[in-house]
Amino acid sequence: MGELLPPSPPRRHLLSVGDLEREDVERILATARSLAGSLGRELKKLPTLRGRTVVNVFYESSTRTLSSFELAAKRLSADTMSIRASGSSVDKGESLKDTILTLSAYDPDVIVIRHPSIGAPRLVARWTDAHVVNAGDGKNQHPTQALLDVYAMQEAFGRLEGLHVAIVGDVLHSRVARSLVQALGLVGARATVVAPPTLLPPGIDALGCETSTDISAISAADVVYVLRMQRERMEEAYVPSLREYTALYGITPERVRPGQAVMHPGPMNRGVEIDPRVADSDAALVIDQVRAGLAVRMAVLYDVLTVAPVAPVARGVAEAVA
Amino acid sequence: MTFACRNGRGDFLVLEGRVVAPAQRIDESLRITVTDGVISSLEPAPAGTLVVAPAFVDPHVHLRTPGREDEETLRSGAEAAAAGGFCAIVAMPNTDPVVDCAPVLGDLLARASTEAVVPMAFMAAISKGQRGEELTEMAELAAAGAAAFTDDGRPVVSAALLRRALRYCALAERPLALHCEEPTLSRGGHVHEGPVSGEIGLGGYPSLAESLMVERDLALAALEGRHVHLMHLSARESVAALDRALAIGVTATAEVTPHHLVLTDDAVRSLDTNVKMNPPLRAEEDRQALLDGLRRGAIQAVATDHAPHARHEKDVPFEEAPFGVTGLETAFAALHTRLVRPGVLSLETLLERMSGGPARMLGLPEPRIEVGARANLVALDLEREWEVSEGGFRSLSANSWLLGQRLRGRVVRTVADGRLVYEE
Repeated sequence: MGELLPPSPPRRHLLSVGDLEREDVERILATARSLAGSLGRELKKLPTLRGRTVVNVFYESSTRTLSSFELAAKRLSADTMSIRASGSSVDKGESLKDTILTLSAYDPDVIVIRHPSIGAPRLVARWTDAHVVNAGDGKNQHPTQALLDVYAMQEAFGRLEGLHVAIVGDVLHSRVARSLVQALGLVGARATVVAPPTLLPPGIDALGCETSTDISAISAADVVYVLRMQRERMEEAYVPSLREYTALYGITPERVRPGQAVMHPGPMNRGVEIDPRVADSDAALVIDQVRAGLAVRMAVLYDVLTVAPVAPVARGVAEAVA
Repeated sequence: MTFACRNGRGDFLVLEGRVVAPAQRIDESLRITVTDGVISSLEPAPAGTLVVAPAFVDPHVHLRTPGREDEETLRSGAEAAAAGGFCAIVAMPNTDPVVDCAPVLGDLLARASTEAVVPMAFMAAISKGQRGEELTEMAELAAAGAAAFTDDGRPVVSAALLRRALRYCALAERPLALHCEEPTLSRGGHVHEGPVSGEIGLGGYPSLAESLMVERDLALAALEGRHVHLMHLSARESVAALDRALAIGVTATAEVTPHHLVLTDDAVRSLDTNVKMNPPLRAEEDRQALLDGLRRGAIQAVATDHAPHARHEKDVPFEEAPFGVTGLETAFAALHTRLVRPGVLSLETLLERMSGGPARMLGLPEPRIEVGARANLVALDLEREWEVSEGGFRSLSANSWLLGQRLRGRVVRTVADGRLVYEE
C-alpha cells in the first residue's frame, strides 16, 4: 500500500469493426486458430486469464453469444458472471450508467455488453475502467460475430482474399450485416448485400459493398450468408408477407450452387429465410460458426487483455471526436 | 403581444466601438450614450476594438417552464440570453402544462416580470394540449399577449385543423409558426436518412418528412392568404419549396438554427447525444442551401431552438436521448467562428439575421441604433478566444454541441430594454 503504481496503459476495447485495421483482424484470427487447437484436447482449460474477471451484461436475450462468451472466459480460467436485464435492477429502472458503475466497483477486467441501443458499449467504455467488448448494440455492430464468421470462412475456404460473400435478407435492421461487410472489406473479401428494396438501407454501399434486390445475385458468390427474417417486419409493412419473402429470397436447394457455402448467424427460421434442406446440408456451416465463436471470443478476450496498447478503439474515438 | 421582464429604470451608459447596424446602413466608429435607457447621442469616436450592434432577438427558445424547472427557468433562460447578446427571446409553449390557455400564459408573463432580466414573449399552442384536435382560444390568448401560435415540438398533422387555424387566427392577428414534420415518414428516425444512418444503423429521418409538410403548409397558407412562419428548416428541398411559394406571393418567413448552418450528419458518427436534434443534421448540400437561403433573405432569421435537457437524460445511448441542444450562449460565437471568419457569411448579414430579421419576421419591436430609441445593444469582441465548457453556462443545462470547442468572438456587454443586463 502507498506504493506508486505505474501509470496504466490505455485500455483496449472491441466496440466496432470500424475501429479495427487489417492487422488487428489477422492477429485475432491467428490467436483464435492457435486457441482452437486446445479445444480438441481432453483437458480443455488454459490458465491464460487466471485471476481475471469477465462480466457479461446482456440487455437483450441471447443464447449463443452469451453462452459462447461465458464458456470462452471459463476455458481461459477467468472468473465470469453474467447479468441479464430481466430479473436485475434494470427491471427496477436502474440506468445503464448506474448498472455499469455498480459492476465496475468489483474491478472487472472485461465487461462484455449487449444492448438494444446503438452506441451503448461506447458509453460503457467511458464509464468503466474495464476493457469493453461489444456483444451487439442495436442495429449497429456485432464485431465478434463478424470475426467468427470471417474465421469460419477462412477455415472452410483456406483463404479470405478475393472471397465473394452474398449477404441476403433484412440488412436494414441487421448489425450482423453491417459488421460483416466492414470485416470482409478489411480482409480483402468482396461483399454483395441482397434484400428487398424496403430492407436495403439507403447509403449502405458507403460501407464498401455492392447491393442488389435480385436473389440471382447470390449465384456468383462463394458464400451465401443468410440473415434472420423477423415476423415484426411484416407487421411494420417492410414486406407484405413472409410467404412472399420466402418465395423471393428464401434460400432453397435450387438457389444454392454446388461448391457454395451457406452461413447463418442464428437463430434460424427454418422454412422462412432458409429451407430446412439447405440448413441440414453439407453446404451449411452453421455449426462451424458456433464452434468458431468459442475460439474467436477466447481470442478477443485474450487480445483486449494482453496485446500491447495500440488501442484500436483509441483510433476510432479520436476520429469520431475530431 | 406582450414582452415581460423585471422592471427597472433605464441605465446611463456609454458604449464605444465600430457600430454596425446593417438595417440602418451604419458602419462607423461611434460613441453611443444611453440616458435613462434611451439612446441620447451618437457621436464620432476613435476606432476601438469592439463592435457594437443592435442586440439579438431569438424567435425560438425553450425555457422548460412550467414543468421542468430543473432544466431551465425564466430566470436562468433570461440570464443565458443576456450572456448571448439577446435583448428579446420568444419561448415555445410545449411545456407541462402546455401554454394553451390565457391563465397559463398570464402566469408566465407575471413570473417573467419578476424573474427575467431580458424581455421575453411566449408563443401559445395552436391546439389544446398540442394534441392536434381542437383549437386553442386564440383570440383570448392574443389579447393576453401571445406572440404567435405554434405546436412546436410536433407538427399539426391534420391538414384540416391547420386550415381552420389559419382562418381563425385572423381574429388573433398573429402568425402561425410551424414545425414541419410528416410523422409517418419520420417515425423511428433519429438522424438524417442517408449514408451515415445506413452505415451506423440508426433509424433514418428523411428530408422528405420535412419538405413534404413544408409544401403542404405553404399550400394551405396560399389558400387562406395567411402568414406562416416555418421553424428550424433543415432540408434543401424545404428551402426550394419556400422559394417557390415566395415567388408566387405567399406570405411566408423562415428560420434556421446555428447547428444546421454549421454541422452535417457526419457529426453523428460520434454518437454524441449533443448532436441529436429534431429536425436532424443533414447533408452538406442541405447546409449549403440553408446558408444560401439565409444570405438571400428567403430565411430571415437565425433561431437557436435553445433546448435545455438534464444531464442524466442526455447521458444515455443515442436512441434513448431526447432531441435538442442549447444555443443561447454560443450562437453568435459559433457562427462568427465557423461562418464569418472563414468568409462564408458576412458579419453584416449575420448581425441582421440575428436581430432585425427575426424581429420584423414576427412583428416584434426591432432593435435600432438611433437617437431616441430604447437601447438594445450588444458589444462584441471579435478577436477574443474562449473555450465552451460545461461549467461556463448560465443556462441550467449544458447540452451544447460545442462543448470543448474553442470559439473566436465573444459577447462582452448586452443592453436590453435600456438596461445593462450582461457585462463580462
